Amino acid sequence: MDPTEPSELVLLLVKIGFLALLWGFVLVAVRAVRLDMFGPTQRQRRRQPVAARAPAPAGRPPARVRPPRQDPRPPPPAPPAADATPTRLVVTKGHLAGTTIPLGPEGITIGRAPDSTLVLEDDFASGRHARLVPHDGQWFVEDLGSTNGTFLNRTKVTSPMPVPLGAPVRIGKTVLELHR
Amino acid sequence: MTLPPLRRPRSADLTATFAGFPLPSGLELPPYRRRELFLLGYAGILATAALAALTLARDGTIGFQVFTYGLGFFSLWALAHLAVRRFAPAADPVLLPVVAALNGIGLVMIYRLDLAKADAARRAGREVPTGAAQTQLVWTLLAVVVFILVLAVVRDHRSLARYAYTAGLVGLVFLVLPIAPGIGATINGARLWLQVGPFSFQPSEVSKIILMIFFAAYLVNKRDVLSVASRSFLGMKIPRARDLGPVLVAWAASLGVLVVQKDLGSSLLFFGMFLVILYVATQQASWVAIGLALFMLGAVVAHSLFGHVQIRVDGWLHAFDGENPSNTSYQLVQGLYGFAAGGITGTGIGQGSPQRVPFANTDFIMASLGEELGLTGVMAILLLYALVAARGIRAALGAKDPFGKLLATGLSATLALQVFVQVGGVMRLIPLTGLTLPFVSYGGSSIVANAAIIALLLRISDAARRLEEPVPDAPLFDPSAVSESPTQVVKTT
Repeated sequence: MDPTEPSELVLLLVKIGFLALLWGFVLVAVRAVRLDMFGPTQRQRRRQPVAARAPAPAGRPPARVRPPRQDPRPPPPAPPAADATPTRLVVTKGHLAGTTIPLGPEGITIGRAPDSTLVLEDDFASGRHARLVPHDGQWFVEDLGSTNGTFLNRTKVTSPMPVPLGAPVRIGKTVLELHR
Repeated sequence: MTLPPLRRPRSADLTATFAGFPLPSGLELPPYRRRELFLLGYAGILATAALAALTLARDGTIGFQVFTYGLGFFSLWALAHLAVRRFAPAADPVLLPVVAALNGIGLVMIYRLDLAKADAARRAGREVPTGAAQTQLVWTLLAVVVFILVLAVVRDHRSLARYAYTAGLVGLVFLVLPIAPGIGATINGARLWLQVGPFSFQPSEVSKIILMIFFAAYLVNKRDVLSVASRSFLGMKIPRARDLGPVLVAWAASLGVLVVQKDLGSSLLFFGMFLVILYVATQQASWVAIGLALFMLGAVVAHSLFGHVQIRVDGWLHAFDGENPSNTSYQLVQGLYGFAAGGITGTGIGQGSPQRVPFANTDFIMASLGEELGLTGVMAILLLYALVAARGIRAALGAKDPFGKLLATGLSATLALQVFVQVGGVMRLIPLTGLTLPFVSYGGSSIVANAAIIALLLRISDAARRLEEPVPDAPLFDPSAVSESPTQVVKTT
């Protein structure tokens, strides 16, 4: 009918092409979410340095370079060579569940006081309740004379105690864990 | 054993305190913004491709103006991106591009329906109606402006919590406004609009945000009371009446107003929204039970009292029976035929006939998309909505303050519910209710309000991902510093 009408095949290809483009967008967006949650995958990590040293003369493979982390969270302060070093504090229970705080060399203070690193709005927490500090490569929890106590694995913390990875530290209704 | 001495956090010596601290992720140029720009570019390409496919199918060629439109669309959302860079540098990189992509697909589909309408009018010898796409483009521009304004004005979402009761009142007033004579207008059987000159606006879209702020702020204060001080009954905890008061009043008032205004979709949305936020705040399953019981009661009462509800339910249950397909359920059935015509891959943009469905560019835009993009396209679009909701919930998880958590949860649940009620209605999963598909449907107030929701979500996610900026304390008292200075009058405020 219309001489300018494109052929069926072209229209079919355009249709399929657009759907592919749409799904491509979904996948790229999901990939961005993934990067955001877990950091780059092993494959991406391996691929990136290759791209970076592409112009370098190919010969003996250079020493493995750790690619810049794409993780939006600040990189861990200590090199994660020792895999047992925790890099973040995760709130697993309580009103603040899901909150993550990166661990720095300064340690973390916990309490209701507004200048604490982790401000709890918990009726059972004291103003300056407890703190977490690194010492000799380990993290310690220390109760700062709180009213209702700090518990590590159901043990009341009376003197500074080393906190293993993933061990629950309970303050009032809030439970904290150290994660890598 | 001895640990290093306890130092006051954030003392006056900030440099030392923060020297060894990892740089707050919001302060370096974050990779998120680059990722956002990349995704936004992709969204621009997607919208341009949709428009190109449409013009190819209609005219047989792809004109130069397609790229002009694409570039214009991209620059419009790039403005929003620049605002995010400036005001919320650590915010989520996925939300904005996904919203832009949805908006682009919606704009092309609205334009496509305009063209079909214009063709039909030309064939019938009538005057060609003015296009909805141009109007929607203006609304999109306005939505971007509102988005930027919200980001710029609300620098800290916690400041919103201060206006809890004001927000509750304003939200209710906004709901009631359309009933007011003079400015209220009845369009399509529902009195939902404010008509000022040629512009009509649906204030319930705005009030859903404002009421959400009220509910989040109120429940943050009261949730301990709501979940602890209650009597046990049948293994569930029944809260005291006086704790419930304000919530129930707001709930009943908004529902009452909506029933009077005959807007089924919004009532459903508000009801679900309150239920979600109440459950999230108190973590009590009894609230879900109470809410569902109230919902059943409300549904039965509404069905027996109101004719328009009966028509909707009848059209849903007996869509293909008797006279219905050509009568009350005409729209629904035509929409379903549209989905069926689309099949798995759709007819291709510009090659179906979605204009047969009444209100194809607002309530039934999902049927239009289903016909031309097919199951594959509809699934992708629903996934994009799921991404928006998931990122909203992610912002809620990361938020460091309870108000931000509740607000982000409530806002993303509102978006998700709206999509469910809308798409469920069009696909005949639930009775058809008049709601717009966020960012896609033709409708100004909807896109503006939803842009404000996205701005708030970005604000909360920015606060969640950024380490708190140091607040300089007053320097510690140093006696030697004041011993030499003369006595002064100190004003206390």
